[in-house]
Amino acid sequence: MPGKLKVKIVAGRHLPVMDRASDLTDAFVEVKFGNTTFKTDVCLKSLNPQWNSEWFKFEVDDEDLQDEPLQITVLDHDTYSANDAIGKVYIDIDPLLYSEAATVISGWFPIYDTIHGIRGEINVVVKVDLFNDLNRFRQSSCGVKFFCTTSIPKCYRAVIIHGFVEELVVNEDPEYQWIDRIRTPRASNEARQRLISLMSGELQRKIGLKVLEMRGNAVVGYLQCFDLEGESGLVVRAIGTACTLDKLSSPAAFLPACNSPSKEMKESPLVHPPSHGCRSTHNSPIHTATGSRLTQNFSVSVPTLIYTGMGSGSAGKEGGPFKALLRQQTQSALEQREFPFFTLTAFPPGFLVHVGGVVSARSVKLLDRIHNPDEPETRDAWWAEIRQEIKSHAKALGCHAVVGYSESTSICEEVCILSASGTAAVLNPRFLQDGTVEGCLEQRLEENLPAGCGFCHIPYDELNMPFPAHLTHCYNCRKQKVPDVLFTTIDLPVDATVIGKGCLIQARLCRLKKKAQAEANATAISNLLPFMEYEVHTQLMNKLKLKGMNALFGLRIQISVGENMLMGLASATGVYLAALPTPGGIQIAGKTPNDGSYEQHISHMQKKINDTIAKNKELYEINPPEMSEEIIGSPIPEPRQRSRLLRSQSESSDEVAELDLSHGKKDAFVLEIDDTDAMEDVHSLLTDVPPPSGFYSCNTEIMPGINNWTSEIQMFTSVRVIRLSSLNLTNQALNKNFNDLCENLLKSLYFKLRSMIPCCLCHVNFTVSLPEDELIQVTVTAVAITFDKNQALQTAKTHAEKSLQRASTDNEELLQFPLELCSDSLPSHPFPPAKEHLESASSNSGIPAAQRATSVDYSSFADRCSSWIELIKLKAQTIRRGSIKTTVTVEKASPVGEGNFRNRSSPPCANSTVGVVKMTPLSFIPGAKITKYLGIINMFFIRETTSLREEGGVSGFLHAFIAEVFAMVRAHVAALGGNAVVSYIMKQCVFMENPNKNQAQCLINVSGDAVVFVRESELEVVSTQQPTANCQPACAGGEVTT
Amino acid sequence: MTSELDIFVGNTTLIDEDVYRLWLDGYSVSDAVALRVRSGILEQTGATAAVLQSDTMDHYRTFHMLERLLHAPPKLLHQLIFQIPPSRQALLIERYYAFDEAFVREVLGKKLSKGTKKDLDDISTKTGITLKSCRRQFDNFKRVFKVVEEMRGSLVDNIQQHFLLSDRLARDYAAIVFFANNRFETGKKKLQYLSFGDFAFCAELMIQNWTLGAVGEAPTDPDSQVDDMDMDLDKEFLQDLKELKVLVADKDLLDLHKSLVCTALRGKLGVFSEMEANFKNLSRGLVNVAAKLTHTKDVRDLFVDLVEKFIEPCRSDHWPLNDVRLFLNQYSASVHSLDGFRHQALWDRYMGTLRGCLLRLYHD
Repeated sequence: MPGKLKVKIVAGRHLPVMDRASDLTDAFVEVKFGNTTFKTDVCLKSLNPQWNSEWFKFEVDDEDLQDEPLQITVLDHDTYSANDAIGKVYIDIDPLLYSEAATVISGWFPIYDTIHGIRGEINVVVKVDLFNDLNRFRQSSCGVKFFCTTSIPKCYRAVIIHGFVEELVVNEDPEYQWIDRIRTPRASNEARQRLISLMSGELQRKIGLKVLEMRGNAVVGYLQCFDLEGESGLVVRAIGTACTLDKLSSPAAFLPACNSPSKEMKESPLVHPPSHGCRSTHNSPIHTATGSRLTQNFSVSVPTLIYTGMGSGSAGKEGGPFKALLRQQTQSALEQREFPFFTLTAFPPGFLVHVGGVVSARSVKLLDRIHNPDEPETRDAWWAEIRQEIKSHAKALGCHAVVGYSESTSICEEVCILSASGTAAVLNPRFLQDGTVEGCLEQRLEENLPAGCGFCHIPYDELNMPFPAHLTHCYNCRKQKVPDVLFTTIDLPVDATVIGKGCLIQARLCRLKKKAQAEANATAISNLLPFMEYEVHTQLMNKLKLKGMNALFGLRIQISVGENMLMGLASATGVYLAALPTPGGIQIAGKTPNDGSYEQHISHMQKKINDTIAKNKELYEINPPEMSEEIIGSPIPEPRQRSRLLRSQSESSDEVAELDLSHGKKDAFVLEIDDTDAMEDVHSLLTDVPPPSGFYSCNTEIMPGINNWTSEIQMFTSVRVIRLSSLNLTNQALNKNFNDLCENLLKSLYFKLRSMIPCCLCHVNFTVSLPEDELIQVTVTAVAITFDKNQALQTAKTHAEKSLQRASTDNEELLQFPLELCSDSLPSHPFPPAKEHLESASSNSGIPAAQRATSVDYSSFADRCSSWIELIKLKAQTIRRGSIKTTVTVEKASPVGEGNFRNRSSPPCANSTVGVVKMTPLSFIPGAKITKYLGIINMFFIRETTSLREEGGVSGFLHAFIAEVFAMVRAHVAALGGNAVVSYIMKQCVFMENPNKNQAQCLINVSGDAVVFVRESELEVVSTQQPTANCQPACAGGEVTT
Repeated sequence: MTSELDIFVGNTTLIDEDVYRLWLDGYSVSDAVALRVRSGILEQTGATAAVLQSDTMDHYRTFHMLERLLHAPPKLLHQLIFQIPPSRQALLIERYYAFDEAFVREVLGKKLSKGTKKDLDDISTKTGITLKSCRRQFDNFKRVFKVVEEMRGSLVDNIQQHFLLSDRLARDYAAIVFFANNRFETGKKKLQYLSFGDFAFCAELMIQNWTLGAVGEAPTDPDSQVDDMDMDLDKEFLQDLKELKVLVADKDLLDLHKSLVCTALRGKLGVFSEMEANFKNLSRGLVNVAAKLTHTKDVRDLFVDLVEKFIEPCRSDHWPLNDVRLFLNQYSASVHSLDGFRHQALWDRYMGTLRGCLLRLYHD
């Protein structure tokens, strides 16, 4: 019985009129958790009721605490008939379950109804008293922190990065159950919302258990998705990266203590070898099921890889994998893992050694009813297969890990495309193993890898290249080989040397397909996929060349399936990496060179292209230092135009690599205009209009070449749906329509945000879907950030960082002795010796990090000593406290949140305005420091209407709904005591309409991390007041920001 | 390819002031787009007409959703759906409640009822203000009226508190509400030369001096008191005004009053002879206006009477404004020297306000 949930219903406001006669409402509230329900009194005749209820107490298992949402229903009392529901609030109490996050949830929540939207607000206070659970075999995983952020969260330090965690749960979709025929849409929607909330709670708990098993304490880059499979069910799946994190108390964060590659790394055979380029495979789905484990009507051909023998054959190792390994064997840490994947896109310095290139895999499946929801093995098997493929692709590239990994699905009727992609990479094993710190302390900084180009060096063997590629000596260090183009799914590493600015590059593609059923349909799709992938890559490459750039970051290729077409949309941020060779131009060749006018036309086109490249170079300030080949001394054997980059590999069991799509056979960047198609391609290349002056855009976290951000940010979501005229649907017309749709959307964004110039659209995230036959829906979420044009603070940044890092290592050595003194909370200690230690470690896990961080800040030893004394005092206090109390209530473990709460609740009442909550898809807030993570926000909403016209048509309906979703996210963050959501993402926006019936429905799923941030200017004041601000930065933050 | 759906939602709600103005002015989306195109925005930004159309639609939708909240501005401050910085909120409210001079002159003093609402068509054609905008302004007047009608305390304060308007605008609304409540006639041809500002000025003086709230009689027994202290004229005071009649009815008193004024102003007035000749007429006019105020109908005609009985005669004799001021000052002050007259306080309460009003109304 390890937890007590306490809920108090304070008041309501702005309630709707429920009684037409009196124009008033007799409202009361039902509070439900699990199977227990409490009710408040009825507050008669008021639109602003004051219930001021007692504390409703629920005594529950922490397993339930993790799974169940708190349900609050506001109703209108009716003496003679059934009570009418006004609306509901679902509160995820997970953030209250770990000590460092929020301690209380308190605030005004919008009351939400799936038919009417937001109807007033309700003020609720929620607290949890957790008792310590010493049961080692428990089913709950309270205390594991979750972050959507795909980098190490700003006020934490990664001790160990354990690796990939995944889980999925399935259930029947309530909307497809028989009962749905007799119940109201409202009841059906609510059943779905409740179920999904429950399922995500369960999923999170299960992932948490896996993390505990790995001895981690957090999941970073947590990505949870829903697959609405319709008849066949509802799948909720999640992936993430398990880590052991230490809280840094000082906001000056140094993520890893050491950042040099280890000696072991150097000796490892994998240090130098591989590639750029993309590899992808497709499974053709059409074979009858062979394995007995495949109970459904689908089948998969095992991908035949050409590149065997490179990996060590450790794939798919099963069993309890995560035993502490103190041996420092380079690969062992990774090989131990079934899937050496990381959902992170940005890394602690030194973590990423080499980048191979993008690896991706897709597979087409036929959905069938999930027979046994308790054992979702088919779905598990599907994903396991794809991951296996990704893993082997990475191996072929000479890489032992995949970073920036993500998974997605696209479903149309009973066909489902599963996709996974990531970046093959070689990692520094230091972060991946237990006993890290000891190893760390022995090491010295080594200068063998120059900053800013190391990750570009090929990880594969030059003589045994996985595909034809064109290598040159690194333009930066001139020692190692680099590819001529690099594609990745990760963010640009902070230490990378970039010339000029970056820009958003998109490839857009449509392909018609015949309507078909089941297998025929799946075959058609899987036959189209390789062609699409090939064309997407060609487009990306051409556009990259046109921009005069040589690398893509944050690449995300989305293939969506519809009834009669497939859509491909790839977005990435192009940059010019100084380490890579200057890209060659694009040459156009005609097929019939004899025709004079034709020739003229070609040369005209060529001129246009050359002009564009020149213009782009100027626009993005790409002027690499002139380095003649002689100086570099590199044997560049061929003209630079001859580059071979992409190799899109398609395999099936029937025809192994028969379909060779690689550019390798031709000179890649000679565009042959031999038919109208190619003509179209060239035209489409030139139709992309650059953003108006003062605007930049990228889909990565930060824009290379700009770092003087101001604090003005504007996050937005834009949705467009177009209807295609069904008459003359050709691939060209489709492509043009789709291209126009995206371009117009971008133009609209630039226009709308013109008041923010100079400004950059960051983290531009396009998603495309085909909700119906002739409809294309594009959803964009991004953040616009203004920057100061007059300052350029780019130079010497890496140098400074480097020296600081070195300082931190030094300090660490000096601190070795004191660290041992207080070994109870030493993060590196693999097995806390006693229960008490466990307890104090969990409640004070911030302390050791604090020591580390502060020690870095103080340059003289004397200062360090004094800070140490402070810390020891602090520790003594906390230990004492821990020994008196046998139960560590969340509240007492961190007085911080309490302070926050107090500060928060008073001012809004005083000046009666709503506190501002910022939202951003980025992991940071410009000009501010994040002082505290309050937990993840993961919300799912359904909105339905039967009066579409009255609500302003589809646009009015969706506009209002999205505004409401934002409002609910903000309200939940504010109630947790936060003032921002970072790493915000709208994972799903499924819109369906039936204008004839005047109906529409929309499902939205959003997530992010609730945080407290403090403006940098204010932070300085705070820190001077509290030089040893070890346990109170968040508190101070709360004061300043609320 | 047709656009089925096209929306943009920001975490901070984007407000384009220019589009807001067009929306308030009641232009349709297509008209607004046309007007924006004419403003040269396409050339400045390099945008296309389609972009402009989509942008305008977005803003219109946002405003449409905000309108419900603007009807009760405190709701706009407390609501959670739209995150709008306080300065922008203030701008939204202030602009929403702003009105056109031409429009307010048409409805000032009219009953804010359905009947008047039907006339909005005509007002729209007459003033060139779109019907939509007329409706908004009319509904604003009516809404403010309804909310503060039954309230105690200062009219301006009540308006400010419930509609969060600036001081200036709240005062204007107080005047509109006051006029609507007392149904002062302002539409007669004779009164056409007067601006809304003139009337608002008079309304403020009247609220300050002639209403129940003005006397500062704190409601000792809440039930016995009339609720709208600032909106209704003090009935007792109006009754008492009959007593002033003696100033013109009593021949001796009238003569004495005249001689006092003439003595004091001799040589100081450019239009002395005209004043001397007209004194009795003017005085009769002013006092009779006061005496008639017991009848609701005559209250309504207050401004017509003032113009007919005082402003026009003076104007026809080309009195300069300064002479009018000197005359009115002397005219009210001299009464204190009339020994037989016992209603000095009443006279001051009446004449103090009336003098201010007349001076404001006296122009071309």
